[in-house]
Formats: sequence, structure tokens, C-alpha cells
Amino acid sequence: MLNYIWLALLLSGILVAAVNGNIEVVTQAALKSANDAVDICINLIGVMCLWLGIMRIGEKAGLVESLSRVVRPVMTRLFPSIPPDHPALGAIIMNLSANILGLGSAATPFGMKAMQEMQKLNGGRNEASEAMCTFLALNTSCVTLIPATIIAVRVNYNSANPTEIVGATIFATCCSMTLAVLVDYLFRRAHRRAS
Amino acid sequence: MFPSLLDAISRWAIPLLLFLVPVWGLAKKVQVYEAFVEGAEEGFSTGVKIIPFLVGMLVAISVFRASGALDLISRACEPLLVRLGAPPEVLPLAFMRPLSGSGVLGMATELMKTFGPDSFIGRLASTMQGSTDTTFYVLTVYFGAVGVTRYRYSIITGLIADISGLIASIYICNVLFR
Repeated sequence: MLNYIWLALLLSGILVAAVNGNIEVVTQAALKSANDAVDICINLIGVMCLWLGIMRIGEKAGLVESLSRVVRPVMTRLFPSIPPDHPALGAIIMNLSANILGLGSAATPFGMKAMQEMQKLNGGRNEASEAMCTFLALNTSCVTLIPATIIAVRVNYNSANPTEIVGATIFATCCSMTLAVLVDYLFRRAHRRAS
Repeated sequence: MFPSLLDAISRWAIPLLLFLVPVWGLAKKVQVYEAFVEGAEEGFSTGVKIIPFLVGMLVAISVFRASGALDLISRACEPLLVRLGAPPEVLPLAFMRPLSGSGVLGMATELMKTFGPDSFIGRLASTMQGSTDTTFYVLTVYFGAVGVTRYRYSIITGLIADISGLIASIYICNVLFR
């Protein structure tokens, strides 16, 4: 499916540009974004090193383990295919907590760590496992208590009350998170029945 | 009180983590610096590994956006979203949201500059920005880090989450701020 989405984005873009008579924007956009992508990854490396380093200390000190023990009842229900003692659950919890607190820089490294642990359970296949799909459903729809970036923008433009949107954001993310978990559950069941 | 609490959390969370985790490690007799370096090593390889995935996805998204194809789709869906109570000005933002994080932040910033952060448009744009995620970016980066290329149903789940977050944002802003 990704093959089709990718092709559709690329081809429809080129066609529209051709019809509009500004085909040169395609070249410009393609070359610039290829560059940007590398910049993003390189910029990510430092922050990832930082948080993965801190997380390793936490692992060795048993912090990650105790954290996952606390939330185990919920996690085993959401991720039935991950063994309850597996390190993947610890990384998932760290990622979701970072997301909830609006710590975007920490969320990504923890999330990748979680994916790597789940990929071990998945046997290194190139197809997403059920647990990965559930994790990403949670991750992309996750409740954010502090949308830090947008609050900063509001402060910047002299909002009288920069945080007044927080309640609305929490409401909206609660809606999307509930729906995402539900949809993921339904998909998982449908796929199981089909196979 | 609630806003200042949130403000305090967002200012203190990272320093506290950086303080507490190593101190806890020290108490548990972990060789903290060695453990840190050992963990940090993984950051580099992961960062490099996602480059090809992100280049592929960002190029496609960026061509789609720059060519005007995104605007076409957003104009086609305009009547529907306007009926839900969204001003037409925020629609490009809504369609950009799952595709590009930097693009959408730029648009939200632009809207706040033009209409002011405390206008209805400014508030709605803020809520939309804060309540949905750059689904395509997240999927590309996370799956890229482990070499997964077949995403199964997770794209659809992510997009459904985005759409519902969007509709919920429009609804709640109309209730609270109109």
C-alpha cells in the first residue's frame, strides 16, 4: 500500500505541476527536500545519542523495568503479543510519556528503541507486526498535555493567554486516541480472521 | 494555576530527567558515564539508517505540495469542512498536517501573524497543530529505523486518527471560542 501512496503523491504532483505550467518547481522541491531529509536525520543524531544514553543508564539502574511494571496491566492488554517482561514495553512507556509531556526531542529516540525491540520479536521481517501497528496508532494520536511548540509560537505573537488552547487540545487528542485504539483493534481482529 | 503548572512542567521536565536518572544510576552503582556512552552509540547508527526512508518520503510529499496538488485537494474538500465550522483559511493547514511538520508549523505561524493568536482562526490553528501528528513523518522514521517497508493497516489508522483529531478540534473550538 505504501508503494501506491508514494507513487500517487509523486506522480500527481508532477502531473499537476505540468498542467499548471510550472514544472520547474518539481525539480526544485525534489532536490531541496532530499537535502532537508538528510539535515533532519543528522540533526536528530545528537538528540538521539543524548536520550538513548540517558535511557541506558535508566535501564541499568532498573528504572525502566520498574516503570514498565507499574503500567503492565494496561500494556499487556494493549500489546498482547509482547511478553510482559520484554524491554519493548519499557521503551513504549518512555515514548508515550515523553509524548504526553510534549518532549518531542525525547519521544523519537525512545520510540525508535521501542521499534527495534519489537522488530526483534518480529524476527526481522520487513512487514509491520501487530504490536508495531498498535504502538504507532497510539503514538500518532497520543494525548499531549503540553503542546510546547505551538505555545511558544503563541507567546511569540503576544497572545493574551498562550495556554488557553491546552484544554481544547487535550479534548481533541482524547477523541483521536480513543478512535485510533479502536480502529487498530478492529483491523487487528479483521486481519487475524482473514489469515 | 493550571497554565502555570503546565509551564512549570515543560520547563522542568528535561532538567529533572537529566538530574534524576544519573543520580538514581549512581545509587544503584551503575557506571553512569560508561552506560551513557554505550547507549548513545546506538543513536548514530539509527539516525543514519533512516536517511534513505526520509529522503524518499519527503521528496514525494514536497513535490506533491509544491506543485499545487495539495491545494487542489484541499479546495475540493472545502465545502465539507466549512460546513463543520472551520474558516476556509485554516484548511490548507488541515491537509498539510499529516504530511509535513515544518510546513504546518510555518502555516500556523503565518496564520497567527496575520489574524493574531487570540482570533478564532489563531486558536483553531493552534488546537489543530497541538492535537494531531505528522503521521507520514512518524511512520517513515519509526518504520525506517527497523527497515520495515510494509506498513499494513497503520497508515489508515494514523489517518483516521488525524481526521478525527481535526474534526474534534473544529468542534471544540466552535464550542469554546466562538
